[in-house]
Amino acid sequence: MFKLSIVSPERVLYEDDVESLVAPGIDGYLGILSNHAPLITSLVTGRIEIRDAHKIEKIAAISQGFLEVSGNTATILADAVEFVEEIDLSRAESALKRAEERVNMDSGDIDLPRARNALIRARNRIKLVKQFKQMKK
Amino acid sequence: MLSLRDIRKRIRAVESTKQITKTMEMVAAARLRKAQQQIESFRPYARKMQEMLAHLSEASGAVEHPYFEQREGNKVALVVISSDRGLCGSYNSNIFRRTNLWVADHPDLDVGLILIGKKAINFYKRRDYKILGSYRDFDGKFDIGKVRQITNDLSEMFISGDVDRIVFIYTAFLSMASFRITETQFLPIRAEFEEAVEKEEYAAAKEYIFEPDPETIFKQLLPSYALVLVQMAVADAIASEHGTRMLAMGSATKNAGEMIEQLTLQRNKARQASITSELLEIVSGAEALNK
Repeated sequence: MFKLSIVSPERVLYEDDVESLVAPGIDGYLGILSNHAPLITSLVTGRIEIRDAHKIEKIAAISQGFLEVSGNTATILADAVEFVEEIDLSRAESALKRAEERVNMDSGDIDLPRARNALIRARNRIKLVKQFKQMKK
Repeated sequence: MLSLRDIRKRIRAVESTKQITKTMEMVAAARLRKAQQQIESFRPYARKMQEMLAHLSEASGAVEHPYFEQREGNKVALVVISSDRGLCGSYNSNIFRRTNLWVADHPDLDVGLILIGKKAINFYKRRDYKILGSYRDFDGKFDIGKVRQITNDLSEMFISGDVDRIVFIYTAFLSMASFRITETQFLPIRAEFEEAVEKEEYAAAKEYIFEPDPETIFKQLLPSYALVLVQMAVADAIASEHGTRMLAMGSATKNAGEMIEQLTLQRNKARQASITSELLEIVSGAEALNK
């Protein structure tokens, strides 16, 4: 068991003891159990899996961030993060459409890296919602 | 002395003003609550980020980044955060006074202003100050897109060498009824988080694993941190704006109430006087007939 807190600029998403954590590290997914060695890493857009003290699994979508593990505490700083249940699928889909249009236009005056990021984020959210729905079935 | 009619007219006018100020007070209170929530939801993130930066710089030693670069030059950008709308007491004038003082106190520096809010733009437009940029239309609402834009513009200005230092002047929000004008240096970033580490006597023996490497993480983390700093200043300023407006409108409502009371007293006196004189006229008229 170790302490996990997940915060984004908007809110504190999670703050509690957990059994395990899986997060999208820059070089691939990382599994964290208690008494993990101290670690600081950047996170990419992807999925976070938490197994809490009652062995209940929670899945969240993260859009870039950082993870620090030290002294049996893990902290995730995310640009944006939400539990799968909270994702508004139709909103994510319209965001995806907008981002695709922006990337394809490629007119030079738009912020291409930001548009690409938006695209990746929207895809991630949609993918996770779909996975989550299948899991439930 | 005012006539009875005039007094009645004034009472009505003051009453409608009172209604307006009362409404504005309530609107400001609602917006203040929202702004406060914004600050509170944001603080944990800012704190954790500072902690992470502290641990990172402690574990990795001196890291070089353009944001840390201390330069000899004397070009300073002063970022002045004001409001778009008025009727908020001395909120804006206090900020301007402090800004003018700051500029006067640093004659050796080449100061340029970056103005946020219509009030600052209008104030400095006609005065003899160098203006490097201006942003408007926050309109008392926190807008992360605009904050990001400001952060990007400022860091570009700093990194390109247009300015050597960026300082914020804004109103810090301490509580519902207390605000303080604050100056903080934004860039170069003061390595304050390093001091925090020493106080904490953080176990230096800890061997961190870095993925990828500390420099890269720093490079990714610092722009977010810069954004956090700007965000905190803007969020505080917005909350203070609503707070001062609420107080100003509250006392305006109170004053209007007192004024109505006085006017009502005057009205009653005037009415009594007119009744008395009417009576006198009738009585003396009747007596004249009796003779």
